[in-house]
Amino acid sequence: MTRIDMNSGGTAVSVRGLVKHYGETKALDGVDLDVREGTVMGVLGPNGAGKTTLVRILSTLLAPTSGEATVAGYDVLRQPRQLRRVIGLTGQYASVDEKLPGWENLYMIGRLLDLSRKDSRARADELLERFSLTDAAKRPASTYSGGMRRRLDLAASMIGHPQVLFLDEPTTGLDPRTRMEVWDEVKSMVGGGVTVLLTTQYMEEAEALASELTVVDHGKVVAQGAIDELKARVGGRALRIRPADPLQLRPLARALDDLGITGLATVTVDVESGTVLVPILSDEQLTAVVGAVSARGIVIASITTELPSLDEVFLSLTGHRAGAPQDSVPTHDREEVAV
Amino acid sequence: MSAIAVNPADASADPRIPLRNHLRHTGALIRRNLLWIRQDPESMFDAILFPVIFTLLFVYVFGGSIGQSLGGGQEAYVQYVVPGLLAMMGMNMAQGVGTGFNTDFHTGVMDRFRSLPIGRASVLIAKISVEMMRMLVASAVLMVVGVLVGFHIHHWLGMFAAIGLSAVFGSALMWVFLTLGVTMKSAQSVQAMGFLVLMPLQFGSSIFAPTQSMPGWLQNFTDYNPLSALADAARGLMVGGPVAHGTLLTLAWSVGLTAVMAPISIYKFRTKT
Repeated sequence: MTRIDMNSGGTAVSVRGLVKHYGETKALDGVDLDVREGTVMGVLGPNGAGKTTLVRILSTLLAPTSGEATVAGYDVLRQPRQLRRVIGLTGQYASVDEKLPGWENLYMIGRLLDLSRKDSRARADELLERFSLTDAAKRPASTYSGGMRRRLDLAASMIGHPQVLFLDEPTTGLDPRTRMEVWDEVKSMVGGGVTVLLTTQYMEEAEALASELTVVDHGKVVAQGAIDELKARVGGRALRIRPADPLQLRPLARALDDLGITGLATVTVDVESGTVLVPILSDEQLTAVVGAVSARGIVIASITTELPSLDEVFLSLTGHRAGAPQDSVPTHDREEVAV
Repeated sequence: MSAIAVNPADASADPRIPLRNHLRHTGALIRRNLLWIRQDPESMFDAILFPVIFTLLFVYVFGGSIGQSLGGGQEAYVQYVVPGLLAMMGMNMAQGVGTGFNTDFHTGVMDRFRSLPIGRASVLIAKISVEMMRMLVASAVLMVVGVLVGFHIHHWLGMFAAIGLSAVFGSALMWVFLTLGVTMKSAQSVQAMGFLVLMPLQFGSSIFAPTQSMPGWLQNFTDYNPLSALADAARGLMVGGPVAHGTLLTLAWSVGLTAVMAPISIYKFRTKT
């Protein structure tokens, strides 16, 4: 596959000062963004943050009010035809023809991308196979389950061997198991060298798929950087431990406090659920915590790792809740019982 | 697979899509619309039943009384109304295009089409091509039913010319309804709008009855109504009588409507978000 050699040092997507106004509403209010070739950029934000507007502008469905954007070196406004040839798009709602069978959907897109009949047929067969849809090839897409439809959508985006793939909330509305399936597909696509810009409302999804993260709110970038870096800023994972005996709750918390590991200062006890919440920054810390608990002979009923929710991420990064006007919700408005 | 090895530096312009590619894209989209019919054969019901029901209704309900004023009876009315119904065929098919396209527009697949390197007009042209085929099916059914209830085709060549003329005018109307379909918010409003426009045009014409008995102001309207021109031309071509005036007027309307509405609907479709 011939790749475009970009002067800008392998930048697949470049966005500068992008603004989109709908009358008074500022869907995008000056966004800057760079996605390096072959990486996955997660764009995290609540509903109405401007994520979909960004994807629609980058895929030439929408013209920006001002600002510049290039994808694979092509300008969204000046070179839309060439740009469309090198991108794949999977929208928030499955963008497949529901009345057509899966195979026909893929064949049609092959023809629309100027593949020969033979190549279109071969590509349709190949992608159905890869996305485990061969058995459903002849059924109308309307009979597919949510996960199958999303997979067909991903397959449709892959027909033209895109260099840049836009995934707009690819797992919104899917059950957890189907979500994992879609993640696996996205991971395997990235393995193939495609650059991905993915929007999501879930920190968990960004963490599973993206290497870089841009957090947006009210059309503005509120944080940007490598995902590990941002995770460290928001406190990363937390370990939720539930002792078998609720009376052990406080002794457990005290034991963990006494461990003296850096970053473990804020052990919280959640009496209602009978659990202790321990923020951890590394696998080493996780191991140390588990070791300390068993050394004290406290019997544990369950232990789970939790990722900060979108809300918590926003709180840590911006000091206000996602989607809320600034300063309307004070920082200390968290329902936690401190020890 | 070798992707397009374009150096973006020297690709400052955006090359136009070659005609061959346009034809391929339109072909692929026509296939899509035809597959819809195969998937849902009931969608052909209107094309098949509409000419049957209208022919039977008009011939047996109004045929006797209107026929008398034509100097005959029901028999005479059949000769009058069947070419008229042919003129109506295009109009009714066209209305369906608007509603269908509006619904289509609200599905995610339109976003995919618009993110593909295809001429956006090909989506519209494919839709119109398939609707033209439906229109020809409807015309064929009309002719069969017409003959069964006593219509005499005097000129076979003329019949084909009339069907062709009605198809040309129908395609011009489809651009009008496509524009409505792209512009209006819901399929229901497109349908309501279509109905409001169609009823006066259909009945205020020479389709169903001769215009001589209508009041003067209405006659003025019917004279300028393109459906009267088409109905008169179809009558002349199939049964005999003056042809030139109606045909030219119909063609003029068709060219005019297409020239204005096709660019508007393509523009609206292109800029719709």
